[in-house]
Amino acid sequence: MAQKTLQDKLAILSDAAKYDASCASSGTTRRDSRKGGIGSAGGTGICHAYTPDGRCVSLLKILMTNFCIYDCAFCINRVSSNVERARFTPEEVVTLTLEFYRRNMIEGLFLSSGIIKSPDQTMSDILRIARMLRVDHGFKGYIHLKTIPDASPELVEEAGLYADRMSVNIELPQDGSLRELAPEKRPETIRASMAGMRLSREAAKERSFRGKRPPAFAPAGQSTQMIVGADKATDREILGTSSRLYAGYDLKRVYYSAFSPIPDASKALPLIKPPLMREHRLYQADWLMRFYGFDADEIGAARPDGNLDLEIDPKLAWALANRTQFPVDVARAPKELLLRVPGFGTKTVSRILAARRNGPVRYGDLLRIGAIMSKAQPFVVLPDWKPGLLTDSDGLRARFAPPAEQLSLFG
Amino acid sequence: MIRVDLPRFRSFEAWRAAARQLASNRVAADEVRWAAPDDPAELFGAASVPGLGAQPVVATKDLLDLARQVSSHSDPERWGLLYAALMRTQEDRRFLSNPADPMRNRLERMAKSVRRDIHKMHAFVRFHELPSKGSRRSFGAWFEPEHPILEAGTPFFAKRFADMDWLIATPEGIARFEGEAIGFEPPAPRPDLPEDASHDLWQTYFANIFNPARIKTQAMRSEMPVKYWKNLPETRLIGEMLADAPRRVQAMADAGATEAPAFAAKVTARLRQAPDDSAPDTMEAARAQALRCRRCDLCQHATQTVWGEGDPQAPLMIVGEAPGDHEDLAGRPFVGPAGQLLRQAMAETGIDPERAWLTNAVKHFKFRPRGKRRLHQNPNAGEVQHCRWWLGLERRFVAPRVTVALGATAAYALTGNRDPLTPRRGGVENGLIEGPVLITWHPSMILRETGPGARVAREQLVSDLIRARRMLAG
Repeated sequence: MAQKTLQDKLAILSDAAKYDASCASSGTTRRDSRKGGIGSAGGTGICHAYTPDGRCVSLLKILMTNFCIYDCAFCINRVSSNVERARFTPEEVVTLTLEFYRRNMIEGLFLSSGIIKSPDQTMSDILRIARMLRVDHGFKGYIHLKTIPDASPELVEEAGLYADRMSVNIELPQDGSLRELAPEKRPETIRASMAGMRLSREAAKERSFRGKRPPAFAPAGQSTQMIVGADKATDREILGTSSRLYAGYDLKRVYYSAFSPIPDASKALPLIKPPLMREHRLYQADWLMRFYGFDADEIGAARPDGNLDLEIDPKLAWALANRTQFPVDVARAPKELLLRVPGFGTKTVSRILAARRNGPVRYGDLLRIGAIMSKAQPFVVLPDWKPGLLTDSDGLRARFAPPAEQLSLFG
Repeated sequence: MIRVDLPRFRSFEAWRAAARQLASNRVAADEVRWAAPDDPAELFGAASVPGLGAQPVVATKDLLDLARQVSSHSDPERWGLLYAALMRTQEDRRFLSNPADPMRNRLERMAKSVRRDIHKMHAFVRFHELPSKGSRRSFGAWFEPEHPILEAGTPFFAKRFADMDWLIATPEGIARFEGEAIGFEPPAPRPDLPEDASHDLWQTYFANIFNPARIKTQAMRSEMPVKYWKNLPETRLIGEMLADAPRRVQAMADAGATEAPAFAAKVTARLRQAPDDSAPDTMEAARAQALRCRRCDLCQHATQTVWGEGDPQAPLMIVGEAPGDHEDLAGRPFVGPAGQLLRQAMAETGIDPERAWLTNAVKHFKFRPRGKRRLHQNPNAGEVQHCRWWLGLERRFVAPRVTVALGATAAYALTGNRDPLTPRRGGVENGLIEGPVLITWHPSMILRETGPGARVAREQLVSDLIRARRMLAG
């Protein structure tokens, strides 16, 4: 067989990495290259391109290799798949990262890998790449490493010194489905690995008795990914799992990835259209949990089947199911209540609070401030606006939901 | 009419100086014309800017920050608007703090558009490698921003690419960096940028990171507006990628699952060796099994099984309720605040934790998530009963002469008796499995207690531990 070129390998190993949703490059320590090395980081991340699937390209997201000894049914790289295999050398990964970076195409590297030989072997190769970038080349850009759950803690500990973000995927919302679909992975090991990273991060924040701070451990925190729609879990269960992950491991993000058909799919999973709207609603709900003070059960309880309404957003669905709490008097309501009004985002709310100090806030002011009044109308009272019976009207949901599709007479 | 001529570069500073002079003479906004370098002369002539006048001029920091951003907007009226805002500030210093104010709102929207354009410049500039003139590598790019942001947008590149020479050419001028500071030059025709092999690799990456089964072109267009596309090497692939996507998805469906390669079964067989579930005959085997325990639902939510720790031949066993937040993360018993209190109390009584077996009645943490915290919950009777299997094994292997039950849950797990704890505290009862069980407070109860109650309870815990030590000696 002919030797694969760098281009061939890049095609195979970026294709293999496209199912990982995360591409974030924000929130790490501020660094720049004015004192040597190359690159900068810190503040908000930069998306350098968008692909037609609507997802951004911020990092060079590749697999070190797609050879894998595990057999996870949802994964294109599982041992029983006939996908074409390739393997980068550590030097190739480093060169690609630096050359793309110099041309301003990426913010850094997101490195993941299939598990070859053993978890420790794979983790030490990943570690070697990160060390070459940081130490040999003085790279100051962003590095996200996918850690291998069963690898020994010393390897993970050292990797955390070079990485901005570390992650390990929870994969599925319930232990039972993971055991069934990814028999080599163990949910308790995955969680233990997240717990270990949390403890390492906390230890790195404690000053020594001389007041010296130890080197930062993964300063941009850890994240995880959950596949949605490959098992029977309801949205309420999914959000419950997320809230436990946020509470337990101080995660920056839980990414939801609509289960997408893969070439050479396992017989265990159907080739379905990925549930993109469900994925979108879950992200909205997750946002409500992190920035709006909602908890998983409140959002999940809006519908009896425990799934999010696909036609309207979760905040609106919650408000429609909890109309006794409305209308809210914008002139007087506390921040927590304003945050619950559909059509008011966190920025809108802070602007309302600032505007309130300057005098009464009217309908036109809210429009200027950026509130989506078409949504907020039934839920607020203003000096020049009263919703009257609208708040409790039967047809309120119909105002927001897309019209039911007409049956065609001439199908 | 007063005409102010603004230079091509450093125009904000020029505006600021002129605006201060004008405002100090209280010149009204509609009496000033702010002219760009290429603007024709006034038909009827114009006056020049007067010298510094008598009136004081204030400019808040908020106004200057906002003005600096708005000054990079392409709207020719921006300078006049900013001057009007400065004049208004002289009467009402606080108008900028009101988000509902129409003038602030307009300026804020202009600033936002500038910030976005700068962000897009940081994102969409694509360098091509140029022949190097010395030891430093050299790169060049052509970029067409929406607003005149060359000065505001390029310091980012100087911080990021300090070890190489670069230039960014735009219709509005050129920024050039050669290791010191950025120099700005007047506009020149678009430079010829050489072919660069990394751009081909980049296209390969862009085409392959795309998932044809999930198309969302609207999201792509809103974040990567088409106006920037002509200078990006990757966007010319988009048409073809979209056109081919349905065929690729159909091909996936038609191909279906194939036969796994022969070696796969061998690999998975080796990895999937069934765990040994026969009754364990050593402490280590019991621990290994307990790590995979699924006797109740707690394992789904907790991080990991927290097994006992200490001397497996100890004459003394201390049983708590269940692991807490710290124990759950660390995978070790009694490492949190309650554990520290217990260890202090043990030290005061002269009991060496290394010479005892410390464990919990229930091996998994039970909690309710609340934002970024986990609120402890007591295990219920069912969970205690399920976990008694492991506690029984631990007691069988350790065979302690005395067991101390910390709190009601441990007392219930060890004796089967669910009566209230207060009258039983300090007493010795018979265990479900043979051996005396001394009942005392759980240290976390002492931590929850406030006032003199806490001191009394702590003294009782210590005296109970002393009693346990005497029982061992006797």
